[in-house]
Amino acid sequence: MFYRPMFRFVPDGTKIRFMNGRFAGLIISAVLSTASILLFFYPGLNLGLDFRGGVVLQVETPQTADFPALRAALSAAGLKDAALQSFGAGHNGVLISLESRDSAAQTQTAITEAQTALAQAAPGSKILSTQAIGASVSHQLFTQGLEALGLSFVMILAYIWFRFEWQFAVGAVATLVLDTTKTIGFMVLTRIPFDLVTIAAILTIIGYSTNDKVVVYDRVRENLRKYKTLPLRELIDLSINETLNRTLGTSGTVFLAALPLALFGGAALSGFAWIMLFGIVVGTSSSIFIAAPILLFLGEHRLRRSATPPKVKTT
Amino acid sequence: MLYFSRAKTFGILLLCGLGILLSLPNLAARPGFWPSVLPWNQVHLGLDLSGGSYLLLQIDTKAIQTQDLNALVDQTRQTLRQAQLGYTGLHADPANDQVLLHPLDGQAPQALAALKKLATYTPSSSSPSVTVTQAADGSIAIAVPHATQAARNSQAVDQAITIIQRRIDGSGVLNPSIARQGADQIVVQLPGISDPDRVKTLIGTTAHMTFQMVDSAAAPSTVAPPGDELLPMTGNPGQKLAVYSTVAVDGANLENAQASTDPQTGQWVVNFTLNSIGAREFADTTTANVGKLFAIVLDGKIIEAPVIREPITGGSGQISGSFTAQSATDLALLLRAGALPAPLNIVEEQSVGPELGADAIRNGALALGAGFVFVLAFMAVFYGLFGWFANIALVMNLVLMLAILSVMGATLTLPGMAGILLTLGMAVDANVLINERVREEVKNGRKPLAALEAGYKRAYGTIIDSNVTTLLAHITLFIFGSPPVRGFAVTICAGIITTIFTATVLVRLITSRWYISRRPATLPV
Repeated sequence: MFYRPMFRFVPDGTKIRFMNGRFAGLIISAVLSTASILLFFYPGLNLGLDFRGGVVLQVETPQTADFPALRAALSAAGLKDAALQSFGAGHNGVLISLESRDSAAQTQTAITEAQTALAQAAPGSKILSTQAIGASVSHQLFTQGLEALGLSFVMILAYIWFRFEWQFAVGAVATLVLDTTKTIGFMVLTRIPFDLVTIAAILTIIGYSTNDKVVVYDRVRENLRKYKTLPLRELIDLSINETLNRTLGTSGTVFLAALPLALFGGAALSGFAWIMLFGIVVGTSSSIFIAAPILLFLGEHRLRRSATPPKVKTT
Repeated sequence: MLYFSRAKTFGILLLCGLGILLSLPNLAARPGFWPSVLPWNQVHLGLDLSGGSYLLLQIDTKAIQTQDLNALVDQTRQTLRQAQLGYTGLHADPANDQVLLHPLDGQAPQALAALKKLATYTPSSSSPSVTVTQAADGSIAIAVPHATQAARNSQAVDQAITIIQRRIDGSGVLNPSIARQGADQIVVQLPGISDPDRVKTLIGTTAHMTFQMVDSAAAPSTVAPPGDELLPMTGNPGQKLAVYSTVAVDGANLENAQASTDPQTGQWVVNFTLNSIGAREFADTTTANVGKLFAIVLDGKIIEAPVIREPITGGSGQISGSFTAQSATDLALLLRAGALPAPLNIVEEQSVGPELGADAIRNGALALGAGFVFVLAFMAVFYGLFGWFANIALVMNLVLMLAILSVMGATLTLPGMAGILLTLGMAVDANVLINERVREEVKNGRKPLAALEAGYKRAYGTIIDSNVTTLLAHITLFIFGSPPVRGFAVTICAGIITTIFTATVLVRLITSRWYISRRPATLPV
């Protein structure tokens, strides 16, 4: 541990024929991504406060929270839309959420009403936090964020095109789009709220995934120069095998870093961390099973113009 | 690979030392000997860690427009009266941002000429403040161009920021941050405050004070007589008084206001002094109206309406609503700071009490610490000595990132810290790439030195390509993203740059020092 390495994921000279699974990989990915897009439309993302607008009060009651009493008090105060939810380890934490109001002034009135109702129904409760976001602000954040994301994909496309070949660029960006849709599907299923924090997680995942694809592609590019006659399919398999220890090493490290956050990080971090964990698995596997096959299909006769690949043996 | 010139070594160490110095402010208080020219910046803790309030305010541009159009109607009326020209149907048309009127038959050319003088030119723009045109049906439109309106809004936001700054400074909140966002929004951040409601009232009150005479002749009814307006009493909104719409003295003429207790009654009052213009108006009004009721109006509500017992010529007076110590102090502060140019709406609010922070911080810190230890352990187990070199670089990477974020005065939230941890997790990728390469070269039969040379050289291209791709993507996000996304993109960009430095340059320096001192026969890969 202090001088020599103790452990490796795969022994040297491993030769897994990843490209045999190219159809399976693409089909599974296409199915998952399509399902994710369907999930995006129905039931849809669990929009967090940042994008839905509305009010959330985090409250700590002196005794065990009496939900029916609280609900009745809020309802009597005219807040019929108030939703209650417990939070935290004990039984004293209550989250009160209100829907978005038409105007900022109405939102502030609603907050005051909720505070008054709370003081009556559960005297001595403390308001730990208040969050109120107008609906118009959230819409603006959403569209602007999406535009920026689209432009950053274009930038990735342009750079990889410039440094590699267009087949690599298309492969990488197509895979990134597939990865991102799957992450959205994951969020719909787990009901992790979609807010600014989880957007940050998605951006981190995209960064990680891009990095992973470029590393594999970089090895393909190098091997294309090194082995002039090797068929592209075998060349890609070779490249993936050669970089397998690094792929598993890096993804293992990031996975381990995110794991404690997901398990013990508390409400503030766990949504972020679960998306990271999912994204690491998806981003790593997509480099091998999606990005590489796309490159194989797009580049079969183009990247290898000089040599005619030997026919695949049929038995 | 092995050769580092003295200057280069010195440069690398200097940069690391600088990083440590710049990140120090986060760990300790500023020592007395620290030269004042050197920065002592630290990372700000986000609301989730420090508690406090974040408010996003939007200025009511509709109200500004209404004020301006009403003023324009008054100006138009005066202009035409001075020119002795008749008109009908003078009114504001807010939908089209203009004032409309019909000149009398045959007077249209003179009216046009007179009204064109309303347009003023500012040095900064070439277009006039208003445009005057005549429509086919003979009516005249005085329109406010979009540029004028935008300039007015922008000016109003600037004024509002100055006034909010004064109000918050006067309220005793420490380290507030008040900044403009976009065309009509203001972000106010107040770390560590425990009573957000008070600050919300302080910020949200327009505080436009006027003195108006009460129309004692008006019969108590629900409809205001012409020239009057019905205003509610602050203490009892059900009760309304009719006051003359004409403002006797405007609160803009206030020079000072202080809260104090009345020596006779012991109640809290607000004493105010007027400037010379206000004092003269106040003296004139009170002299002419002894024995009548005089309303003190704040934002459309009557605080009190005392009887004028004698003319007040000294330019100072006293407001005695039913105040508490706090409300009197706050009103005095609001009056001193001045009125907001237009109402501000709170469109976004986030307040975190101090109780919430402690728990979240403990759990978060434990999880973050565990994650970091996992990363270090992973590198040590998989890469042995070279893993430890990478771990030194990783700690340095953290220090450098902290230094950059401190210099920028960035705000760090719990999720932001998680982002940094994961950036560090990804940073080891560079060292993983190098170590795997070196290992491959050893397998290919190269001698230690040659393997190191080739390994670093080959891995370098990969590291640059993969990091530059990610860097470009995040620079794009920074340029086109919304503010929260931008903050995140900056952190990632800073992380990528420090990673390239520590993972390649610093580790290479450590490795070369180690190789020169040991000259090992085989590499520990």
